[in-house]
Amino acid sequence: MTIWYTIFGMVLVTFLIRFSVIALLRDADLPSNVKRALRFVPLAVLSAIIFPALFVSDGTFDPSFRNARLLAGIGAALVACASKRTVLPIVVGMILLWILQAALS
Amino acid sequence: MISKRSEFFAGLRAQIPLLFGVIPFGLIYGAVAINAGLEPAAVLAMSLIVFAGSAQFIAAGLFGTGTPGIIIVLTTLVVNLRHMLYSASLAPYLRHLPMRWKAPLAFLLTDEAYAVIISRYQADEEGSELTPNRHWFFLGAGLTLWVTWQISTVVGIFAGQWAPLEWSLDFTLPLTFIALVVPMLVDSPSALVVLVAGVVALVCVGLPYNLGLMVAVSAGIAAGTLLEGRAAHVQPVRERDTQ
Repeated sequence: MTIWYTIFGMVLVTFLIRFSVIALLRDADLPSNVKRALRFVPLAVLSAIIFPALFVSDGTFDPSFRNARLLAGIGAALVACASKRTVLPIVVGMILLWILQAALS
Repeated sequence: MISKRSEFFAGLRAQIPLLFGVIPFGLIYGAVAINAGLEPAAVLAMSLIVFAGSAQFIAAGLFGTGTPGIIIVLTTLVVNLRHMLYSASLAPYLRHLPMRWKAPLAFLLTDEAYAVIISRYQADEEGSELTPNRHWFFLGAGLTLWVTWQISTVVGIFAGQWAPLEWSLDFTLPLTFIALVVPMLVDSPSALVVLVAGVVALVCVGLPYNLGLMVAVSAGIAAGTLLEGRAAHVQPVRERDTQ
């Protein structure tokens, strides 16, 4: 039974965190220096997820050219630069990963 | 004006590439939580009403080892703290909405939803202007993710251990994020943010409860803001030169 109290607690903290600033910000605008800093949030969050996903394999830091995920990620970034599209770099990145995994194993 | 319907389906479409990563994640969550000894109703309830992938994973593991509930709730709080940044980042685009919109949208605010929604809103803002029905884009993206998460959780519960790990579908998440980050690289402060946040994340990769992410994000934002502040000091001088 206590598991349901715990789950309810998880629901509450998760929702309140997500709701916090969205709920509070109504009539007043955010200060301009806060807005400038917030502009960088998506870049910072996405990069902080991307870098470990590319450089860390099986729990160890691997910056070498035998790291298939790193190479496939760089390939996808180049395609994204050149094409300015969303789906194409993902498709190219996955195909690159499969080829490299087969080639490097 | 873009109709509510078009905005909703644009949100749905924008979310599709991320589903290739979400589906295996949901399958594995369902399987792992069942194997940790949770009853199916509790496994599904977490997906339905907590709706936070990494927190659910960690909680399932903690439930399995008999950790006290208060510790699990506190862990959830720490793991999900990054969502407060997302809330602050999206709040200026949603502040005109009534609470009956704000509350459900906040409930749907996950990493994957945030990524596609903020890149759309920022691009609109820099391009021409924000669309009045932009909250429907949010709803479309968020609901697509929520429904997919439920289905993959249920399949995971029943399928047990099965998940095609050798396909490396988890890699679609960083790939999608790469495709979203590249168009955001508009000036040198933004490039610095990527570099600093990325490198600090690598250094802090061993920290528990996603704390490394919070440290990396703070460092990246601080570096970008500092460089932008210096550029703002330099610019007036340059303007004087050209006059």
